[in-house]
Amino acid sequence: MSAKTGKRRRQKRYAMAMDPRQCVGCAACVLACKAENEVPEGAFRDWIVDEIRGRYPNLQREFRSERCHHCSNPPCVAACPTGASHVAEGGTVLVAQNKCTGCKACVVACPYGARYVHPKGYVDKCTFCAHRTARGQDPACVEICPTNALTFGDADDPQGSLGRLLASRAHRKLKEEAGCRPNLYILAKGGQ
Amino acid sequence: MHEIYTMNTNPLTPAGAVMWGWEIPVYLFLGGLAAGLLIIAALLRSRVDEPRAIRLATLAAPIALSIGMGALWLDLAYKLHVYRFYGSFQLSSPMSWGAWLLVAFYPVSVLMYLSLHDSESFARLCGRFSLLSRLEGLQRFARARRVGVERAAILSGIGLGVYTGILLSALSARAAWNSAVLGPLFLVSGFSTAAAALMLLSRGAQIHGALRRLDVVAIAAELALIGLFLIGLLSGGATQQRAAALFLGGPLTATFWSLVVVTGLVVPLSLSLLERPLKLRPTAVIPVMVLIGGFALRWILVSAGQLS
Repeated sequence: MSAKTGKRRRQKRYAMAMDPRQCVGCAACVLACKAENEVPEGAFRDWIVDEIRGRYPNLQREFRSERCHHCSNPPCVAACPTGASHVAEGGTVLVAQNKCTGCKACVVACPYGARYVHPKGYVDKCTFCAHRTARGQDPACVEICPTNALTFGDADDPQGSLGRLLASRAHRKLKEEAGCRPNLYILAKGGQ
Repeated sequence: MHEIYTMNTNPLTPAGAVMWGWEIPVYLFLGGLAAGLLIIAALLRSRVDEPRAIRLATLAAPIALSIGMGALWLDLAYKLHVYRFYGSFQLSSPMSWGAWLLVAFYPVSVLMYLSLHDSESFARLCGRFSLLSRLEGLQRFARARRVGVERAAILSGIGLGVYTGILLSALSARAAWNSAVLGPLFLVSGFSTAAAALMLLSRGAQIHGALRRLDVVAIAAELALIGLFLIGLLSGGATQQRAAALFLGGPLTATFWSLVVVTGLVVPLSLSLLERPLKLRPTAVIPVMVLIGGFALRWILVSAGQLS
């Protein structure tokens, strides 16, 4: 809705789709993130999961690039005693460093292990590269991916690249039973 | 076969790693102990004639809580930012509730302590610690309103005791903590560890009998609540059933059943019940076992949530 109609602008829901059919587990996303966000040595905001299922010789292998799920019902934000963890533009879950006490309630609240304690004492995590998306750029991990396995966008915009992708491909989310309403979509390997 | 490797994962927080170490169980234990001590002091002051023991319990409560808060502070990664707890109030965060509850606990325990003195004994106390004479007005107020002070002590004790459990159960995305029983369980456990600690500190026959009776009730309630906790997890969804398996064959089975259930509950309960019929002499054995079990309960539950 535009400002002209007098209606409130629709809230964006920033989300990411990752395609295990494309991902080869090269970890370029991990390194791009580390460089872009000056993530300290030994810490990571995103990571690669390599999952193998089945019984030899019928094995299935899936690579996934994972990060914070920027949940719509984020348990980390509910657990934060100081308001440092908060929901920002597009539903992105961020940490205000100057308010963080390093109590780690958010770290243990998160069922995805997406948060870590920065050596400077505050808790740090994926921001969906808010500083880049504000300029209209993709997050660093998305931009660098050599196989285009990652798509970032507004999941509630049916005309956007992410909306169209999610409409055309079957997908799942991880640990949905934890009730956090995560926003990281794993596209199905089979199908079209 | 089902194997999962994670590459380039954050070694500080691989999913399932234990981020809350010894500090949080120590804090939850001492917080529960402090809550129990204040409740017991308020409950027993007019029922047993052992003013020294009651005063000791009231004095020990804020001291135990302070040591616990010290442990909590040690756990903070950004220690200088501790004041941020008192810069806001977050409705959804039990830790924020707790931070403010702790502030209320101190004045209530001071009032409770002052209300235990009559003007004569307070004058003697002022003779030893001259600074206390400034609190004379407050002492008269607390003494005059001692029933109200007792009620405030019981209420803030219950609040603190329940809070130590809610702190975990509010982190409900972790299956083993997703249980409303943890609040009452930690309250009752704090109460029974407080009774045990007071048994160690004070050997009077009258208060020992009263404490033993309270402890029997608390331990029986704790056993029931632990049963409900496990039944609750077992009748939940798949993730909660996996969390229950941590205690029923999984990695926490041995410590949970040996330290919490047998050492902390079943043996002390049996010994307490047999004490009178067999004319057993009260020793330090029962209270020490109860204290070990109470601490183990917190340690194991803090780890369990992080493993589920």
